[in-house]
Parts: sequence; C-alpha cells; structure tokens
Amino acid sequence: MRTILYCLTALVVMALAFNAYQENYATQQTLKDVAKLQRKIAAKRERLAILKAEWAYLNRPDRLRELAALNFETLGLMELQPEHFGRADQVSYPQPDLLPILNPIEVSGTQEQHP
Amino acid sequence: MTRTPLRPLARILDARAKGENPDAIEKENIRQRHEVMRDNSRQRAEGRLLVLSGFFVMAFLIIGLRMGHIASIDPSEPRAAASGSEILAQRSDIVDRNGRVLATNLSTHSLYAQPQIMIDKERSAKELIKIFPDLKEERLIKDFSGKRKFLWVKKKISPEQMQAVHDIGDPGLLFGPREMRLYPNGKLAAHIMGGASFGREGVHSAEVVGVAGVEKIFDDYLRDPVNQGAPLELSIDLTVQAAMRHVLYGGMKLMNAKGATGIILDAHTGEIMAMSSLPDFDPNNRPRPAVEGAPSDSPLFNRAVQGLYELGSTFKIFAIGQAIEERLVNPSTMVETKGPMTWGKHRIRDFKNYGPELSVTDVIVKSSNIGTARVAMMLGTERQKKFMKQLGFFEPTEVELVEGPSARPLLPKNWSDISTMTISYGHGLSASPLHLAAAYATVLNGGTRITPTILRQEGPQRGERVISEQTSAMLRDMIRQVVVRGTASFGEVEGYRVGGKTGTADKPKENGGGYHKDRVIATFASVFPTDDPKYVVILTLDEPSTFVLGEERRTAGWTAVPVAAELIRRTAPLLGVRPDVAQLPKSTVTLASH
Repeated sequence: MRTILYCLTALVVMALAFNAYQENYATQQTLKDVAKLQRKIAAKRERLAILKAEWAYLNRPDRLRELAALNFETLGLMELQPEHFGRADQVSYPQPDLLPILNPIEVSGTQEQHP
Repeated sequence: MTRTPLRPLARILDARAKGENPDAIEKENIRQRHEVMRDNSRQRAEGRLLVLSGFFVMAFLIIGLRMGHIASIDPSEPRAAASGSEILAQRSDIVDRNGRVLATNLSTHSLYAQPQIMIDKERSAKELIKIFPDLKEERLIKDFSGKRKFLWVKKKISPEQMQAVHDIGDPGLLFGPREMRLYPNGKLAAHIMGGASFGREGVHSAEVVGVAGVEKIFDDYLRDPVNQGAPLELSIDLTVQAAMRHVLYGGMKLMNAKGATGIILDAHTGEIMAMSSLPDFDPNNRPRPAVEGAPSDSPLFNRAVQGLYELGSTFKIFAIGQAIEERLVNPSTMVETKGPMTWGKHRIRDFKNYGPELSVTDVIVKSSNIGTARVAMMLGTERQKKFMKQLGFFEPTEVELVEGPSARPLLPKNWSDISTMTISYGHGLSASPLHLAAAYATVLNGGTRITPTILRQEGPQRGERVISEQTSAMLRDMIRQVVVRGTASFGEVEGYRVGGKTGTADKPKENGGGYHKDRVIATFASVFPTDDPKYVVILTLDEPSTFVLGEERRTAGWTAVPVAAELIRRTAPLLGVRPDVAQLPKSTVTLASH
C-alpha cells in the first residue's frame, strides 16, 4: 500500500514538474508574441501619426484657399460671408414623395430578341 | 541500545546488604538517563538552529544577489502590462480648439558617418554634395580623412534623400532614427507655436525640445509620458487664424506698413481665438535671432505680446469709463475742449479744433485729447493709477507664452499730473496690444476682469468686478457712436454693430529725444456686437501710410480701421456670430435653397 502511495506521489511530482516546465515555455512564448504585437502596434501608430501629419499638411488653409481659387469655375467655393447666414423660413419644405407606380409597364428587354 | 534498568537487582541487594539506601541507586540511574536525554535534545535543537540559520543565510543571500542583479542590469519596461499609447512615447501634439493639428511629430532619419569604415571617402563626399548641395565638399573630405571616428552629416533627411544615400553604397554612411517636429500649417501661427529643436542627441534617438512660444512653456507637459499622448488644446481656431493672417497680410501690404498685429479675444472667457504678428517666420525652419538691427524688426519678434507701444487714443475710454464709474461725469456732461491746453510748460493739442466744449460722448467720438485730459484731471493721479493697475497695465500679461513675462509695460518713472493727462489719451505708457485687448475685454464685457489665455477654456472667467454693468454699457454705446459717426466710420460692418476706438500714436525716436513726425502706430480696438459683446478685436499697423483723396494719410481711421472692418467681416461668420438680419439690406440675403 505504502509503495503504491510513494509511486503515486513521485508520479504526481513529475507531472507537476512537466506542467510547470510547459507553462514556463508557454509564458515565454506569449511574452514574445506580446512584444511582437506591440512592435506592430507601435509601427501602426507611427504610420497613423505620419498619415495624420500628412492629412493636416494637405488640409492646411493656404493650400485649400489656393485649390478653391483654382477650381472656382467648377466648384464655386467662396469664403464664408455674413450674407451666407440664412433664416429657418428660407429653407423650403421637402418635396413630397412621388406616389408609388401601381401599373408598371415592362419596357426594358422588350425590344431585344432572345436567342 | 541497551537500556539500563533503574533498579538493577544485583546492586540493590548489594546495597541492602551494606545497609545503604537502594533509592539512591535509582535516583542516580534516573539522573544518568536524564543527562543522556538532555544531550540528545540539545543536539537536535542545535541541528534545527543550524538548518534555520542556513535558511536565513540563503534567503538573505538570494535577496542580496537579486538586488545586485536588478541594480546592474538595464531597466526594461514591464512588457506584459503595457497597453495603449505608451507603446509609442512621442512628444504630444498641439491642436486647435476643434482638434485640428497645429504641431505633430514625423519620423525621419539622421545621417552620420564613421570614417574609419568608409571605403572611398572622396567619392562618397562627391556623391553627398550632389544630394545635399548645402554641404561643402572640401570640408567633408577633411572631416572624413581626419582622426574623427564619428560625425553628423545631416540631422534630418527625407526618405528620398535617404534612398539616394543608400545608393552611394558606402558602409561608413549610417542612419539613425529621428523624430522631428512638424508644423503642417507653416507660418500660420508661427509666434504662438514658437518652434522646436534637438536637445541631447544620440545615434538612436534625440530629444525634441521647445525653443519658444507654447512649445517652450509647455515643454514639460508635452514630454510627460503620463499624458499618454493626449494633445495640448489651444484656444485658437485654425480657420479664424488663417482668415486673420490673410486679411492682415493684405492690409499690411495695402497700407505700406512694415508690421501688423491682430488679436481676436473672447470677451468673456479670455480665450485668444486668433493672434498674428507680421512679419512672421516658418516654425519648421526657425531662423536664428538677428545679430544686428533692432530685435523688434526681426520676424521672430511677436508684436502682439512682446511689442510695447504707446497705443494712443484707444486709452481714452479708460479715463472716461472711470470718470463715469466714479459719477464725476455722464455721457452728456459738457467738457471744455478749447485748445491748446497749457499745463506748466506742456501744451496739449487736438488733431483739429473742436470748439469750446463737447459732450463726453463727443470727446470719445471726435477723439479730443484736451477733453480727455480734463476728465483725467477730475480723477487725479492716484485713482488713475489704481484703475490702470486693475486693468492689468502694471504687470506683464499672464498669457501662456514664454515671451509673455518679458513684456512688462513701460510706466512713467514719475507719475506727475502731466503724465496723468498724457496717459489718459495713450501717451507716456507703453503696453503690448495683448494688454490692450485684455483691458478692452474687461471694460466692455460688463466690467469683470479678463486675463488672456492661449489654452482652451470650458466657461467664462469670473474675474473681479472693475466697473459696473451700466458703465460698461455706456462705454459700448460711445464706441458704437465712434463707428457710426466718428473717427472710425470705415469700421462699420453690416449686421455686426461694431464699436471701436481708433488710436494713432507717433513713434518715439529710437535713441530718445522726441517723436518721429512721419511714423505712427495706428491701432483700432473694437468689440462686436456692441449690444451683446462677444469678441474684442485689436488691430495694429506699424508705420502705415496710404495715399487717399490727394493726401498722404497715416491716422488709424484711414489705415487700421478699414483692415479691421474687413477682418471682422471675414472672421465673425467663422466665429459663429450671426449678423443681425434686420439691419442687412434685403437683397444681400441669399436664399438658402430654391
């Protein structure tokens, strides 16, 4: 009886040691993964910061003013003037929705000869 | 172990035979047995103590070794716990009140050389010159062939330049990562931003430190990792700032001025919505301070904060306001304006003769020096001093710019009666345009003290009361009259009920001895709308002159006022102030749709 108990204890100790060994390596692997991910995140953040800087640079007021002047014919953008303030009663009511078509006539595809 | 019996029969019998007490034998045996037990237990206790002390020695040894180990290794961040923005620790961004970027970081590279591992030094130098034309070839060859083992070639290079240097293919030309400060809007808010440069430099990184403006005064905040990259929020509005610089630049050119300053200040919160000083510079490439000429002519000089000028007649409302507050006069009190007024050896004149007397309102509307001086004499020196102190003219402004504390207003050494009179119309006391903006906000917003700030605020300031609401309203009525029928008639902007006061002050000669005849500082200090004051606008032109109606004109009414009117017309809609539609002519109201 006692021998069996000793054997069992030894086996449990070995199993626990094996488990601890595995956990140790799994933890180290996870730490490596985290470090890798954080490097990736840092790189993405850096990229994001550069894109934001570029966005801010492309949207600088001087450039926008020049672009608005260059494209005045097509866009007709003007600087905001006091006259541009409107009143609520100047906004027209939305157009009523068109009534639904109840008797549709099939037009498309009628002229074509189906092979 | 054989156990000795306590009463061995042989010895007992022997003792009995001899007539001795046999109990003595038993006692002796018990004693011996106890001695053995005691020896055993002592040995065991000693063994235990030894083991225990062994444990302690081991424990202390381990702790000591661990401490030594921790002390000797390089510190590493706790990687597993780190999350969020501290992964990439950068200098914080600076943004405007709506979150638009004013200053951010950009990763670039620096180029350095290690001459001892370079292969073809002369060819490398030649190729480098092609990429960077500002380098000198002889100097490079000299550096490469000297004894130095390390030298910086360029502090910041672009990715294209980096590729070109790669293509030279010399192993001795190496790159280090660099973070540089970028101001995407260029010159727009140059004096507020200030600029940044490198502090301590290493191959792998370099410290970015602020050198002026908010970059310097908030350097610790911007570098503090505790903020986790939270941006610094300024009070300025990028679009308003852009419109202001545009208008100001045009106005400066049109009026042939050598410098211009504009400030838009929220009259209740003290937030600086826009502040510009021309000429300016590009903070991405901050020029070195000029070594010759007046520092105030350098583009680095922030006229709005550092420039101390006699601001002329714009000061008149302070004397009048105080006199109304003290109940010495009211807006319709008549004041003698017969000139010239003599006081000792001094004579005070008006721009032209306004007749024997004017009402207090008309003293402001027509800008009479004599009338104001008489009102100031009713107040006296002590009261005037106290009032000017309350308005902040005795101390530098508390604005959060590193240049702020250096701009201490110039007060007369001996504040005599004549100083009281001249200061009442803005001569003899030099202050910065920002001082004027804060003082105007204080007296016109309803009468509570305003401290200008460059940081975004959550609500109005609750400063001490300087003048009453009624006095403040009377002053606003008066300066509204200045625009409607007085010296600032060009300042009218339809729908915005602008009120303002002009000021034209002769510039003092640089080396003392009187004033220039043909150089002035023209200022227009205004508020809009006068019935519900929201913003204070200060506009100053340095040495303007314009040729209108067959005459060369320098007064603020002809120079600063039209520019300020255009400024208000452009910026007021951006600030979200609706024009009073009832005052607009019908035809100019555009239909919003259909």
